[in-house]
Amino acid sequence: MKKLLVALALLPVLAAFSAQASEDGYRLDRAPIDPKDLLSLQSGARTFVNYCLNCHGAQFMRYNRLTDLGLTEAEIRDNLVFTGAKVGDTMKVALQAKDGKAMFGVAPPDLSVVARARGADWIYTYLRTFYRDPATPSGWNNAVFPTVAMPHVLWSLQGERAYGPAPKEESKEAGKAEAGGHEGGQEMQWTQLTPGTQAEVQYDTTVRDLVNFLVYMGEPSAVNRKRLGVVVLFALGILFIFAYALKKEYWKDVH
Amino acid sequence: MNEKKIDKTRRNLIAATAAVGGAAGAAVAVPFAWSWWPSERAKAAGAPVEADITGIAPGEMKIVEWRGKPVWIMRRTKEMLESLSKDDGKVSDPKSEVDQQPEYAKNEYRSIKPEFLVLVGICTHLGCSPQPKAADDKGEMGSDWSGGFLCPCHGSKFDLAGRVFKGSPAPINLEVPPYTYLSDGKLLIGDDKKGA
Amino acid sequence: MASRLMALWDWFDARMPSVAEEYRKHMSEYYAPKNFNFWYFFGALSILVLAIQIVSGIFLTMNYKPDAALAFGSVEYIMRDVPGGWIIRYIHSTGASAFFIVVYLHMFRGLLYGSFKQPRELVWIFGVLIYLTLMAEAFFGYLLPWGQMSYWGAQVIVNLFGTIPFIGPDLSLWIRGDYVVGDATLNRFFAMHVIAIPLVLLGLVAAHILALHDVGSNNPDGVEIKKHKGPDGHPLDGIPFHPYYTVKDLAGAVVFLAVFCAILFFLPEMGGYFLEYNNFNPADPLKTPPHIAPVWYFTPYYSILRAVPPLFNSQFPGVMAMGISTLILFFLPWLDRSPVKSIRYRGPLYKWALAIFVVTFLVLGYLGTEPVTVWGQAGAWLGNADRATVAARVLSLIYFAFFFLMPWYTAKDKTMPVPERVTT
Repeated sequence: MKKLLVALALLPVLAAFSAQASEDGYRLDRAPIDPKDLLSLQSGARTFVNYCLNCHGAQFMRYNRLTDLGLTEAEIRDNLVFTGAKVGDTMKVALQAKDGKAMFGVAPPDLSVVARARGADWIYTYLRTFYRDPATPSGWNNAVFPTVAMPHVLWSLQGERAYGPAPKEESKEAGKAEAGGHEGGQEMQWTQLTPGTQAEVQYDTTVRDLVNFLVYMGEPSAVNRKRLGVVVLFALGILFIFAYALKKEYWKDVH
Repeated sequence: MNEKKIDKTRRNLIAATAAVGGAAGAAVAVPFAWSWWPSERAKAAGAPVEADITGIAPGEMKIVEWRGKPVWIMRRTKEMLESLSKDDGKVSDPKSEVDQQPEYAKNEYRSIKPEFLVLVGICTHLGCSPQPKAADDKGEMGSDWSGGFLCPCHGSKFDLAGRVFKGSPAPINLEVPPYTYLSDGKLLIGDDKKGA
Repeated sequence: MASRLMALWDWFDARMPSVAEEYRKHMSEYYAPKNFNFWYFFGALSILVLAIQIVSGIFLTMNYKPDAALAFGSVEYIMRDVPGGWIIRYIHSTGASAFFIVVYLHMFRGLLYGSFKQPRELVWIFGVLIYLTLMAEAFFGYLLPWGQMSYWGAQVIVNLFGTIPFIGPDLSLWIRGDYVVGDATLNRFFAMHVIAIPLVLLGLVAAHILALHDVGSNNPDGVEIKKHKGPDGHPLDGIPFHPYYTVKDLAGAVVFLAVFCAILFFLPEMGGYFLEYNNFNPADPLKTPPHIAPVWYFTPYYSILRAVPPLFNSQFPGVMAMGISTLILFFLPWLDRSPVKSIRYRGPLYKWALAIFVVTFLVLGYLGTEPVTVWGQAGAWLGNADRATVAARVLSLIYFAFFFLMPWYTAKDKTMPVPERVTT
């Protein structure tokens, strides 16, 4: 009975560690992020304001909160604020929703909590699986999010890639292609069409840092939360020792 | 005999548990009480405001908003500054003894540079915003009026350094907010520490 | 100093003696059985969680904006800009799930030891009323963050009321205050969640405890301790609630708070079960999520609802089934024909029935969190139906069988002799 209870009690913990999967379809890579790596977060912040903040907003994120990343307000103001915003303002987007809808068919969503909605692994894989597709309005498609309206904003870094069925026989050119997923039972592969300014490993690092930043932005108090948690559990442990001793003291009398 | 010992143990244990529990309870109350301090949004809205003073003509006043309050920036002329000493005997706190200004404004002009007066435009009586009354408005203000401000609500009068006249309902001088010169043509209202 | 305080107390007590009287009646001279075990913590813990939710809820109300355009943003404002706001938010979100875990375990205790049986039927009835009120409270509260799941979950549930014959569509319109879930709905759900239902809840909890204290608590042996009293008039197997159970519940509360805080500080989302991922997307009336499911504590009933196919072109039979599955709880004291209260002295039929019921409830709950395709399709012999739907139908039947067959199997069950005095 007791064992069953313990097993049942652990079920929710198992659930908690299950990664958010993409429904069926492209297998997600694990985002190798370290929330304590301030340099990674700063790099991610830079990528974010340079590439994302033009179309997307982060309306719940205040610029001056970025002091969490080890930056001073002056550094934030000088390097990360491109609009006329004050350092105490939130990261509002310049692009009006109306115009975004006209340009892309759908207004680019706000990214403040996108990491909590989609998950780090999904975003990490998504930003690395864009490919050229002449059939779409933007000329881009994505293996994780088919027919996405967003073009490959980071294409200059990653270069252009194609995603298509792998040839049945072993190709002598096999070195160029990379194994992709399975689409309807068909093996797929990635092919680099033109190079970007970053090699694959470097691009993966850039995306990793960006995802790290998005996760941070989704919940800036996360690191603080865990630190406080350790203190609180320790304090409750102490309180338990006294409360239990008190219980035992009184219950001595009960037979 | 044993009962006395047990009682003591029990009493000490109750006290100790109560103490630890009380500390835990106080600790729990902290984030709740803490949540009442101004939020980041309120602090950002209350952040210091930059004011361009290059466009103010001599004798004219510019009003900017800081923390929801009107802040007056008046460019005083030489005559205005010279007339201040005439009011020394007529104001309640000529030397600004009461703490209504930062240290650098605790002087005869109540400002960093004599030319520019910076005041929070809220009457120290009950919070209305006084109106500027020029020196030549002697018809309304009286023959010995050298210029200053009149509060329309209950008639408090202030001079051209924001000092309250005797006989006014208002008890103390108008507040000088913290401010600093970012450059000759630009003030930062609300903060006197330069840089971040 | 001490004598001054005593004098002050005497002054007060002379003018309001009912304070001391009630304290004696419900704490220091309320004799509870001395053999309470692990399952008896959850009543006190329910009160603790209620208090936690009220306090954290009050502080959330200080910064939350019940306006469709501002609600989602105000929650993020609390999480980021309000000092300590994230703690308060997580306390409330963790507390909501903790409330149901604690209440379910508390109800299970009742099933284990026959606490619903005569003379405690009214205690049980008030309890079921509390459970239903709690479900309403959670339902109203869940709309408030105005995320995708909030919005669409409310839309679906309100539409269920729309299936009621004749009055359905008007009823849904009346509940919503608009043609779709919108600002009007949000505002009234806010009022219900923040003040109307909590007041009802407090009243019902008071009634529940008063009804209990009037007849006295049950215990793991199902033995009536009032049958054997000592020369002082107190039950031989009873001990005063204060100090014995106050001190024991204090220790239990600390353990509970440790688990609660472990979740709050390290796993507040609990894999998307306590804070759902899609609820971090703001509500979009034009975009239905591919997969709508209620929060985990409603999913067993959602499973039952989904298991019933449309009959006579209406989903109302499913709604009825879901309704009956909760309301049947009221009748438990009369469905159970066993002369014996506690599972310790019941026969194998009830033990098996209860064990199967628990597994059924859990699996139905799991299925309710997933789309019906989660277990794939069955073979042609079952018409290629979704395996999960087949399972849900079988399990729903088992769920109802636990209650509807109870008069038969509890009467037939071989019971064991019940002791006169409590064991440990």
